[in-house]
Amino acid sequence: MTVAVQAFAMRRVLWGRFTTSHAKVIASCALLAALPIVSSSYHLFQINLVIIDAIAILGLNLLTGYGGQISLGHGAFYGLGAYTTAILIHRWNVPYPLTLPCAAIVCLTLGFAFGLPAVRLQGLHLALATFALGVVFPQILKCRALEGLTGGVQGITIDKPTAPLGLALSADQWLYCVLLAVAAVVFLAVRLLVQGPTGRAIMAIRDRPVAAASVGIDTALYKSLTFGVSAMCTGVAGALGALAVQFVGPDSFSIFLSIGLLVGIVVGGLASISGAVYGALFIQFVPSLADSVSKAAPTAVYGVALIASVHLMPYGAAGVVSGIARRLAARARRRSKPAVAPAREVPAPEEGP
Amino acid sequence: MSRLSVSALSAGYGQGPVLHAVDVEVSDGGVSVVLGANGAGKTTLLRAISGMIEREGTVTVDAVRIDGMRTEEIARLGVTHVPEGRGTFAGLTTEENLRLGGYTRKGRDEVASAFERVYRHFPRLAQRRRQQAGTLSGGEQQMLAIGRALMSGPSLVLLDEPSFGLAPRMIEELYRILEDIHAREHVSILLVEQNAAIALDLADRVYVFETGRVVLAGPPSDLRGDASLRRAYLGS
Amino acid sequence: MEAFLHQVCSGLANGAVYASLALALVMIYRVTHFVNFAQGELALVSTYCAFTLLNAGVSYWVAFAATVAASFVFGVVVERVVIRPAARGNALSVVIVYIGLMVALNSLAGWVFGYTTHAFPSPFPAEPPFGNHYVGSHELGVVAVTLGMLALLYAFFRFTSLGLALRAVAENPESSRLVGIPVERMLALGWGLAASVGAVAGMMIAPILFLDPSMMSGVMLYAFAAALLGGIDSPGGAVVGGFAVGVLENLAGAYVVGTELKLGTALALIVGVLVFRPTGLFGQPSAERV
Repeated sequence: MTVAVQAFAMRRVLWGRFTTSHAKVIASCALLAALPIVSSSYHLFQINLVIIDAIAILGLNLLTGYGGQISLGHGAFYGLGAYTTAILIHRWNVPYPLTLPCAAIVCLTLGFAFGLPAVRLQGLHLALATFALGVVFPQILKCRALEGLTGGVQGITIDKPTAPLGLALSADQWLYCVLLAVAAVVFLAVRLLVQGPTGRAIMAIRDRPVAAASVGIDTALYKSLTFGVSAMCTGVAGALGALAVQFVGPDSFSIFLSIGLLVGIVVGGLASISGAVYGALFIQFVPSLADSVSKAAPTAVYGVALIASVHLMPYGAAGVVSGIARRLAARARRRSKPAVAPAREVPAPEEGP
Repeated sequence: MSRLSVSALSAGYGQGPVLHAVDVEVSDGGVSVVLGANGAGKTTLLRAISGMIEREGTVTVDAVRIDGMRTEEIARLGVTHVPEGRGTFAGLTTEENLRLGGYTRKGRDEVASAFERVYRHFPRLAQRRRQQAGTLSGGEQQMLAIGRALMSGPSLVLLDEPSFGLAPRMIEELYRILEDIHAREHVSILLVEQNAAIALDLADRVYVFETGRVVLAGPPSDLRGDASLRRAYLGS
Repeated sequence: MEAFLHQVCSGLANGAVYASLALALVMIYRVTHFVNFAQGELALVSTYCAFTLLNAGVSYWVAFAATVAASFVFGVVVERVVIRPAARGNALSVVIVYIGLMVALNSLAGWVFGYTTHAFPSPFPAEPPFGNHYVGSHELGVVAVTLGMLALLYAFFRFTSLGLALRAVAENPESSRLVGIPVERMLALGWGLAASVGAVAGMMIAPILFLDPSMMSGVMLYAFAAALLGGIDSPGGAVVGGFAVGVLENLAGAYVVGTELKLGTALALIVGVLVFRPTGLFGQPSAERV
């Protein structure tokens, strides 16, 4: 082909690619920019909580969806991050941006330490150990010996961060920006992690642990690290949650929270990054709607959601969405393609053994 | 009249068929022996007959089709399977293992007389009746496995490599007992073996399997008459 | 000294309840290789049923027997309807279904019976036997009932053919099929038994803890610790572990960490077992199929 024709073809391809995926990105950015302006302050508060939950759920998904290890105690790490921030601000007036890396380090370390003994063994051991952690955590917060630090049953109240440099943003609007920034960093980092060699190792350990060990992967170390990083993610979400809600108290971090996070990953989609957002939307809005029906309803919704998802939506909402998208795309392709000779049609590759 | 009739049986473990449309028969009261190297599909044949894996084709026992049934239903029909590796309940005692073999029997007297018959064939098991089955020697565990298969008074016994891992003297003893069982209990046997020579003495029909297909089917004299197969399976 | 003995005695009473629940956990684990996270909430629903019967004027031991029988049926139904369809999925999905069941049963209890705390009657007299200062009548009764139930279970497993069949399925499901045992029906039977055992445990602990939907969460934590301590596949270990945990909990609460952190001993025990002896005191290390 001549250079001119090649250049024309290349421009065509690039333009084509620009129109579809770049348009999506621009639309999303527009939406995200518009939200804090058009939403009432209460709705913005809820949106902020959705972002926070999404980060927390992504953390758990890293461990359970990609790593295949179940944790019933991630509410404790969320609470740990929240209390770290609250205590640092309340007692030592640490500026709030610094509390985030502190919460991250605390949760990474304790998560790694907690995971270390449990991940050497079967999944059920980690499940039991984390369940115990989730149940006991509020009790530890309430105990009198630590009251000076934790505020005991009363908890700790802190102020919401205000916009710097006198920007004309409300506290919730500023927090929204902070949350988006943190979420972008976390989501990108997790995406890079799971798509890279570490992610492949983690998933190999999940699917074929003995084979993974036999090719030299130190499964115990990887699993403990995954636990630590997952706890760190959820802990950072907890820290942000403390800033959003302006309060930490023992009963906010009960086993119900841990179960809620589990519901988030199952309903949103195991081993899915976009699933974290769907899951967060579910656990932020559905239980409070259910609560207006009856006191037992939120718990019932969680239970039914878990059982139903396993049977009906094994890949969660993310799976449903991508399934729909795939079918729409296939239909669009069929409509736009001119009739081609049968020899050119490539059949869909069959699933390998 | 054949006790077991297998026709066009194909089976596999999900990665493609291991058995390709094989035909096997066991006559009423007869002994059919299936020979073949590792991977030839002998164990797969027995597992397919017992309903332990996905299979296609027809399997009839005494004119009843069993190819659609579940394993436990086939066992209750009087087809018992002594599996590869013996399948002993290692944590239970010898007597409990045998009692489980008689699980489908109704009536305490029937079970008692079944015990008597099995202990008569295998006196060693009577001596070790309260011992934990996992602590028995290899030969004794094989006896236990066969004894368990006999407890229900089956009409057809499937035996998977009974000589596996046993010393020669033990194998001789075992086959002597098998011959005795065959004579006294009027039970049909489908026997899968790698050790061809001693199995042939018991057989009235021989099959040779190679990569999931039947390459020889006939009386033992057919195998002894074929020079290349004789060299491969009888070593002479 | 008197206080110490009292702690030990009430620890043994609580321990009897933990032993029963731990045994139920081990029974289901041996047959299905999964931990029944919903065991406590099953027991909770059973206890509420008993409470309803008692409120309707039924005499105690009749209500007790009826609840045990109804729980058996309920356990079989749950296994068939919720657990068995999920068993075809991967291990993670099964655990998620167990947890969903736990949460759903808890909400069922709250929805049908409300969230107020109720007192649950004890069939044993209020005065301590022989006027002693160490052990109350209810505590003694709990231990007696539990030991009686354990003896019955032991006899069932050791001397009946159904019990033998269950042990066979726990040992080797494939060989069980080969001898004609309907393995799926045995799984349902195992669940029914575990639900009945849980019902007894719930009715024994409710007079001590008072009945409300959160009653079983702490108890189950101790039961999990007991099952792990004894060895998740050892029935005898579960019983020993249960009594040990009961006594340890009380002594730790009285002399070491204070009553607020008693539950923390369960956590410490679980982590301790994991670090120092993962198979528990009496469990077998399991060989993994490659």
